[in-house]
Amino acid sequence: MSENKSVKLAFDCAGGDFERAGEASSKIKKMLQRLGIPADCVRRIAIGTYEAEMNVIIHAGGGNVAAEVFPDTTVITVTDKGPGIPDINKALQEGWSTAPDYVRQMGFGAGMGLPNMQKCSDEFDIQSQVGVGTTIVMKFKHQSEDL
Amino acid sequence: MAPTKYYHSVQLNREKCQGCVSCVKLCPTEAIRVRNGKAEILADRCVDCGACASGCPYHAFSVKTDTLEGLSKYVYNIVLPAPSLYSQFPANVPLEDIWKGLHNLGFDEIFDVSLASEYVAKEIETYLKNYTGGRKPLISSTCPAVMRLIQVKFPELIKQVVPVLAPVEAAAIYVKREAAARKQLSTELIGVWFISPCPSKETNIRQSVDVQHTELTGSFSLSEIYGLLLKNMGGSHELNVRTGSSYGLAWGTYGGELASAGISNGLAIHGIDNVYEILEQISMNKMPQLDYVECNACQGGCLGGLLTAENKFVAESNLRQRIRKLREQEPKDRQETMARTMVLQDFPASAAYRKKLVPRPMMQLDDDIMEAMKKFERMEEVLCSLPGLDCGACGAPSCQGLAEDIVQGKAHEIDCIFKLRASVHKLSQGMLELAKQIPIYHEPKMLNNTEDEDHEG
Repeated sequence: MSENKSVKLAFDCAGGDFERAGEASSKIKKMLQRLGIPADCVRRIAIGTYEAEMNVIIHAGGGNVAAEVFPDTTVITVTDKGPGIPDINKALQEGWSTAPDYVRQMGFGAGMGLPNMQKCSDEFDIQSQVGVGTTIVMKFKHQSEDL
Repeated sequence: MAPTKYYHSVQLNREKCQGCVSCVKLCPTEAIRVRNGKAEILADRCVDCGACASGCPYHAFSVKTDTLEGLSKYVYNIVLPAPSLYSQFPANVPLEDIWKGLHNLGFDEIFDVSLASEYVAKEIETYLKNYTGGRKPLISSTCPAVMRLIQVKFPELIKQVVPVLAPVEAAAIYVKREAAARKQLSTELIGVWFISPCPSKETNIRQSVDVQHTELTGSFSLSEIYGLLLKNMGGSHELNVRTGSSYGLAWGTYGGELASAGISNGLAIHGIDNVYEILEQISMNKMPQLDYVECNACQGGCLGGLLTAENKFVAESNLRQRIRKLREQEPKDRQETMARTMVLQDFPASAAYRKKLVPRPMMQLDDDIMEAMKKFERMEEVLCSLPGLDCGACGAPSCQGLAEDIVQGKAHEIDCIFKLRASVHKLSQGMLELAKQIPIYHEPKMLNNTEDEDHEG
């Protein structure tokens, strides 16, 4: 019974708000440290969450980043009502990007976002519908194991 | 596992402390609380950066260092001056005069830390060249305050720290062994001393983060030695000095480490808040295209250290002028220049002496995750009930900090003055209500003086 206990944190991210980009990931990271999740695992979650948060800010015009921490797993759910991804398989290829030039110049949009999220997480699920939005669910097991 | 006891060279003088919260606000690791009107340093969180001491309006913090009397315990004394010492003097003051001054103070031999910096720079260059597959950027390991910050706040970045010794430690290992052989003395009879620009380097001698066993005997405050040198410079003492090139000298200011290791794709970050910010970004993998990040806890690098005497901008100008002058006499090529000074036999390789950096997590609310989760929820509730002004009047650095202290049983909700005001308001309203409801049966009589005396007698 107690194994189903969880704590949650959720944040809304505004589209195009680069100034505050990373704030949600940073706060989620602090929560994980307070809960005593192993450092390597905190790192993987922080990286995955940050990538997802950036995607929401760059492509989707804003969305929501939520973390739910169970004793042995953390689930990160990122939802947006953005344009959606027409071809998910393509988007999962390294280097594939639709980021506009000004975003690339800032060092984002190298086409590593989704592949990185997949690499960092133990389970990765993406649902997207053109014109409706995208939902990404990443699960991370709390074992102290590096990539 | 028994908790480690942490040594700190930064110490508080309770008499001088007025209980203002300047230090609490400045501390990058939330390691200070004001309780019962006095500041308290939480030993397991403090990283000895000295931010508290530099911002205290009452000068209530001091740094524990050694005194020159210690020299008499050794047969042969070697001093390791760092570029930060030279930066205190205008570039037209000959280094020879400063060195003679050091001899006059009782040191038999002078070995510049800058020379060791060149060996360490070479190690960094090689390490970076052979580093494949791991996460980037690599993080420099020379500032002990930054190393401690990583231990307590960013343990996830430990793998990215370059495993080299701080130049001063490498210098001490080399020179003690070499002098012992040369002088036919036991190493116990040789004193190896550092002139420290900051408390974190002083602490590192007592409790090192990077070296398994330090060969340093002790350290002096740079500003104290500076004062003594002003009165003792020059003279006719014969010089016994070994020194490095301009590249080693450049380590004294920010960017010098990058330059001497030949790293072009790197950043030089200085100032503990800036370092904190960059580490946070690195931990989210925000800059994987970068090779190297040089980090110094003090604004301006070591020249901005708490124990320096000269203004850090003046010191930087002094040092940069000295570097420029030296560079005019050196070959154009960096490798060629460094090869001219790096001629020591068997300079120690870091790998044989370095200690593994271990995490010192301080954020964890509880060892048991279920307990930690409960405390986290309670903390969020408490935080919601606090005003969110981060005024510090409770003695914690922020409302978040107070909420954390409350769930850990170290503080009370009414430590918040706004909570206290609200509860006083509620109490007085309750009393007012009570006063209206309770009828008075008889007026109280004036007390009789004699009766009063009888009671006391």
